[in-house]
Amino acid sequence: MAHAHTHPPSPRAGQTATGTGRPSAKDAAPAPAPAPRRARTWRLLTPWLFLLAPLTLLITFTYAPIANMVAYSFTDWDGVSPDLHYTGAENYAEIFTREDLFQVFWVSGYYLAASVVQIAAALYFATILSFDIRFRTFFKGVLFFPSLVNGVAIGFVFLYFFQDGGTFDTVLGLFGYHTDHAWLGTPVSANVSLAGVSIWRYLGMNFVLFLGAIQSVPGELYEAAELDGAGRWHQFRHIILPGIKPVLTLTVILSVSGSLSAFEIPYIMTGGATGTETFVIQTVKLAFRFNKTGLASAAAVVLLLIILLVTWVQRRLVPDDRVDLV
Amino acid sequence: MNRRTVLLLTTVTGAALLLPGCTGTGGSAKGAEAEAPDDPSKVGGTITVLTVRTDLVQDGTMKKYAAEFNRTYPKVKVEFQALTDYEAEIKIRMNTDDYGDVLLIPAVIKKDDYPKFFASLGTAAERGKKYRFTDFTTVDGKVYGQSPVGVMPGFVYNKRVWKQAGVTRWPTSPAEFLADLKAIKAKTDAVPYYTNFAAQWPLTSWTYVDGAVHCDPQATTKLAEGDPWAQGADLRVGDTLLYDIVKQGLAEKDPTTSNWEQSKPRTAKGEIATQWLGTWAIIQFQDAARKAGVNPDDIGFMPFPTRTDGTFCATVGPDYNQAVNVHSPHKEAARAWIDWFTDKSGYDKDNLAISPLKNAAMPEVLKPYEEAGVKLIELDDSAGARVKLIDDRSEIGIYKPEYRQDLVDLARGAKKGSLDDFLGGLGEKWTETQADVSD
Repeated sequence: MAHAHTHPPSPRAGQTATGTGRPSAKDAAPAPAPAPRRARTWRLLTPWLFLLAPLTLLITFTYAPIANMVAYSFTDWDGVSPDLHYTGAENYAEIFTREDLFQVFWVSGYYLAASVVQIAAALYFATILSFDIRFRTFFKGVLFFPSLVNGVAIGFVFLYFFQDGGTFDTVLGLFGYHTDHAWLGTPVSANVSLAGVSIWRYLGMNFVLFLGAIQSVPGELYEAAELDGAGRWHQFRHIILPGIKPVLTLTVILSVSGSLSAFEIPYIMTGGATGTETFVIQTVKLAFRFNKTGLASAAAVVLLLIILLVTWVQRRLVPDDRVDLV
Repeated sequence: MNRRTVLLLTTVTGAALLLPGCTGTGGSAKGAEAEAPDDPSKVGGTITVLTVRTDLVQDGTMKKYAAEFNRTYPKVKVEFQALTDYEAEIKIRMNTDDYGDVLLIPAVIKKDDYPKFFASLGTAAERGKKYRFTDFTTVDGKVYGQSPVGVMPGFVYNKRVWKQAGVTRWPTSPAEFLADLKAIKAKTDAVPYYTNFAAQWPLTSWTYVDGAVHCDPQATTKLAEGDPWAQGADLRVGDTLLYDIVKQGLAEKDPTTSNWEQSKPRTAKGEIATQWLGTWAIIQFQDAARKAGVNPDDIGFMPFPTRTDGTFCATVGPDYNQAVNVHSPHKEAARAWIDWFTDKSGYDKDNLAISPLKNAAMPEVLKPYEEAGVKLIELDDSAGARVKLIDDRSEIGIYKPEYRQDLVDLARGAKKGSLDDFLGGLGEKWTETQADVSD
């Protein structure tokens, strides 16, 4: 305290300095309070100070827009006009009474089926590459690579790929298989092709998640299992699978919500034409093509609720129990 | 903790609920005028001009225009911003005050709202004497925008290919047109017609057959009041032709992977025979021909294959209209740019386009039109706003690509149903919405 010499000592300082007299209850009671209170305030405040930056970002870029979207969903706003009217639950009523708005969810079926293939493939590759095999790192890189490429670029690349006489036809031609098929030409073929692109695009992400989980399984377990005569399949069945169950559950949840909200690949490649329109594409079109921002916001809120619901149901069906390998 | 989260969320939601009230641009500046400056040497300031011509901004052409402009207006500094996805980007920017000084009026703005977003360029009575297309942006007698070029829809075609197929005169009916395309398919290697399905917007231009089919300047009003897909109605005639082209296998084999940029050199080289676009496309196809080393004069332009009283008809309409931001601090300079760009820049000639000036001559490329005596009409746009409203409300999208993509899918069998049911359904939806939309 720099001021200690120039100012009269504070009662507390005086007491300790002189060392005389019993500190009366009246003097002592308020005295210890200021310091701890300030300290306690600081202690309470400090984590929030650290959280200030991320929370500001989170609120500004996640919660405020969502809240805004919810607010717009109760209006008839066209996205630009200065005047908008509160219409109550009218948009929601429209969504739930118009069959055509929900028909597009059938398209999600293709992506759902694709995610089953995707998870199986990712699991297969992750298991194989977690064992000691040749060119392991190289293959890991190959599998993860698509996740690093921008989704828009992928869309354009595959547009050439599926073109009449494009890369895909050429590759098939190399194997003597000459097809005259327009890959994006019919709804089924187009959706299967797009879902295929989606597998290619997101496989790496699932693969890395699985690989990480598998590698966190203690190595001694495999050794012990091998000593007991367990083959690769048994190791997978009894060690790996239960070991990575939480990650597997998470991946399934992500895949289901991803399938319901598939967007960029079909939007860039077909724009939703030829029966490839997904719910999100439909929402974007409502908002930006037909200027029904209010209705589109309501559709987005409904999608959010559906995804929350699906996630909740999944969590109930597969409770997140502890992994116990030993 | 839980209670705190709830409290936080409530606050955020509450704050957000207030936000919609602040969107848009209040009415404070409403009704402002962007007057033409009296003395060009006195007007100054830096103005930002928004444009869709990314190509012209990149290759420096716009800068050349600005340098030329500075000879008359030395104190005005012109800066350009080229937006690739104009409609989507500008829509979001227009929720603020900052959307350039000069901009193109986006389709999303309701006509009645023009005075809230743009400064007036003068009265319709006064501007109408000199310029075309004034009623497209007139609200309460005042004009809010001016297009620097006029465009005319039509078929861009490769003359050499058509001649090779033995066709030397323009088809005069849809049936004749289809027969000609068949001849092209039989006698040449070219794709008779290219839909540009994947690029989406080229399909939209089929709506601009409206007016040309029956040579009717009131065609837009008819859209607002009647069924556009009734027997013999303009859009039905156009859509049926598109359907038949695809149905009879006269379009590209796989429309879903069509490529707009590639379609230009391919048309120039004669790999594609025909596309329904507009006069604005001619120069782009000629450039593609030059780049591909073939004769740019092979690119021809023909009207929709119908005749009324023995003559072809074509509609002339404005391209994007330029307007002055109502919040611009340099409205005089912005107005000076629009006037100069429309009257003196030569932008219309550089693009082989129709001039917005009433007394200007037709561009050279339209010589065949003059020779054939094609009647040019300007559509009355007084019901244009209502048509757009019905279009959005019904989610049909005559100015959007979706329904024509469905039409093409229907024609090539990727979607089930009959043409009659499809067009009938559209008509029903359209007329039902008409009843709901009152203004």
